[in-house]
Amino acid sequence: MNFELTKEQEDIRSMIRDFAEKSVAPTAAERDEKEYFPREIFDQMGELGILGLPYPEEYGGAGSDFLSYAMAVEEISRVCASTGIGLSVHVSLCSWPIFHYGTEEQKQKFLRPLAEGTKLGAFGLTEPNAGTDASAATTTAVKDGDHYILNGAKIFNTNGGEAEIEVIFASTDKAAGLKGMSAFIVEKGTPGLSFGKKEVKMGIRSSVQREVFMKDCRIPAANLLGKEGQGFKIAMTALDGGRIGVAAQSLGIAQGALEQAIKYSKERVQFGKPISSNQAIAFKIADMAAKVEGARLLVYRAAYHKSHHLPYSKEAAMAKLVASDAAMSVTTDAVQIFGGYGYTREYPVERMMRDAKITQIYEGTNEVQRMVISGAVLR
Amino acid sequence: MEILVCIKQVPDTAEVKIDPVTNTLIRQGVPSIVNPFDKNALEAALQLKDKHGGKVTVISMGPPQAKEALRECLAMGADNAILVSDRAFGGSDTLATSYTLAATIRKIGTYDLIFCGKQAIDGDTAQVGPEIAEHLGIAQITYVAKIEVNGDTVSVEREYEEGYGVIEGKLPLLISVVKSINEPRYPTIKGTMKANRAEIPVWTMADLDVDEQKLGLKGSPTQVRRIFTPPQRTEGVIIQKDTAWESVAVLIQKLSDAKII
Repeated sequence: MNFELTKEQEDIRSMIRDFAEKSVAPTAAERDEKEYFPREIFDQMGELGILGLPYPEEYGGAGSDFLSYAMAVEEISRVCASTGIGLSVHVSLCSWPIFHYGTEEQKQKFLRPLAEGTKLGAFGLTEPNAGTDASAATTTAVKDGDHYILNGAKIFNTNGGEAEIEVIFASTDKAAGLKGMSAFIVEKGTPGLSFGKKEVKMGIRSSVQREVFMKDCRIPAANLLGKEGQGFKIAMTALDGGRIGVAAQSLGIAQGALEQAIKYSKERVQFGKPISSNQAIAFKIADMAAKVEGARLLVYRAAYHKSHHLPYSKEAAMAKLVASDAAMSVTTDAVQIFGGYGYTREYPVERMMRDAKITQIYEGTNEVQRMVISGAVLR
Repeated sequence: MEILVCIKQVPDTAEVKIDPVTNTLIRQGVPSIVNPFDKNALEAALQLKDKHGGKVTVISMGPPQAKEALRECLAMGADNAILVSDRAFGGSDTLATSYTLAATIRKIGTYDLIFCGKQAIDGDTAQVGPEIAEHLGIAQITYVAKIEVNGDTVSVEREYEEGYGVIEGKLPLLISVVKSINEPRYPTIKGTMKANRAEIPVWTMADLDVDEQKLGLKGSPTQVRRIFTPPQRTEGVIIQKDTAWESVAVLIQKLSDAKII
């Protein structure tokens, strides 16, 4: 068994850490405060090749692997979870289904600009009455000659309104239920496609989630992804991969909070000595560090499975479950170690704690992860 | 345009700790980096390449592990890298180093511009760049903060403590740059991967047309007597009275007390 990263993976990680610290971290607190979406950071990530990290060069990608990509999401989320989720949605939920299910023409037309980072991607599945229960979705697509006409609404659409390319799910056969769901590539600017309110959130405030409306939105039939009726399968497999992204985001948040807590506990003096010399603090930090490392192994293993074309659905669900719980608990402990200061916006740990909560909810709630895991182990 | 960039791998001084007993640097476990001013030199070279086309070759003299520093330069966008490495070069001072690098540059043959950082953060001598130009018999402009190239004319802003001077030179030319000239770019993912796979040629003494007596310790007349931190300059005194007249009176009193006037 080999736990070592390749030289290439190490170099990619150190390059992204450098970028994250110099170009993402300095504005993280202000962007959180102002709910500002940093397109300029995404443009820069595009130029550096981060937005197409795991995809082949023939489609505009950097030709690396999913472990390097998971480490990229981790490193970015270590300083800014909002930017981390934007990256994850772009790579895992929008680019990947096009890479995996798209025709050569669709890959050249849509994956290439996504991987090169000239266009940003989003993923529209969730609806007001269809969260965990995707079968309750009401968006429809009706074939009309060379076009499909989409009608319906999506919510919580990450990167929505900012992204140029959306993968959107709609029913082409209501009676068939989940088997009647299909996936479509929808471009921003298509008549009938519009965006509603931007959610005001507890955390990941510098990332955007918007309502998406489709009213007689005509898209070329060539934009059908996969086959009619394949949509649910496309959505579920994309989410399997997306879970690795969210797990990596969670890991990054936890790692960031752990580092903050270690640094602060060594500097903060009470009763004449640094608080880290109190076992109550030191043991808490030990538990935090162990949780982070445990999560890291699961996240990297899930990413390794995906890179090596091994089954990764259960692995991704385990990684997401454990890493998001670790993020919540480690950030909460970090705030505790900082005491009153940790509760203020003077320090980043309260932001990290607010950001951590969503990781237990989105890309399949942790209850859904337990359904996936139990389904796999009890089979 | 053929551009050469001379770089040095140095310990990251931001990470260096001082041994409280012996007062010397603890180099163990300190990460090695590309000398920051050399990164500015590379960025300046890459910007000229972006604008005028051409090729950027990075060279470094150092131990085999200096390949890592060269790889970082390749990842940033340099076209080629050459490591000059031989036991015979060990213990070189700035004279022997510049002699060896000049011999390397002669072997490369064609070049329009040679870039160096103003100095390395470990030795802080700022001598190697200017000495290379002397060995090669070409013109040099040091402490450059802005560059424009027009045909074979190079126009620069040279930084001084009190301002800057505008200087023109003809190619070929050696230029050393200061930090304010630019913000070095990040390596790209593709660049990082390509750099990882790149074969970096290593040139030894046998590859160069050099006089062995001028290499390494033998070719290094510099003797280090002592290394110390220069005393901090104390802050100046500002005399600010209600009127200029009163301030001048106080100043004259102080100068006369100090027997200066």
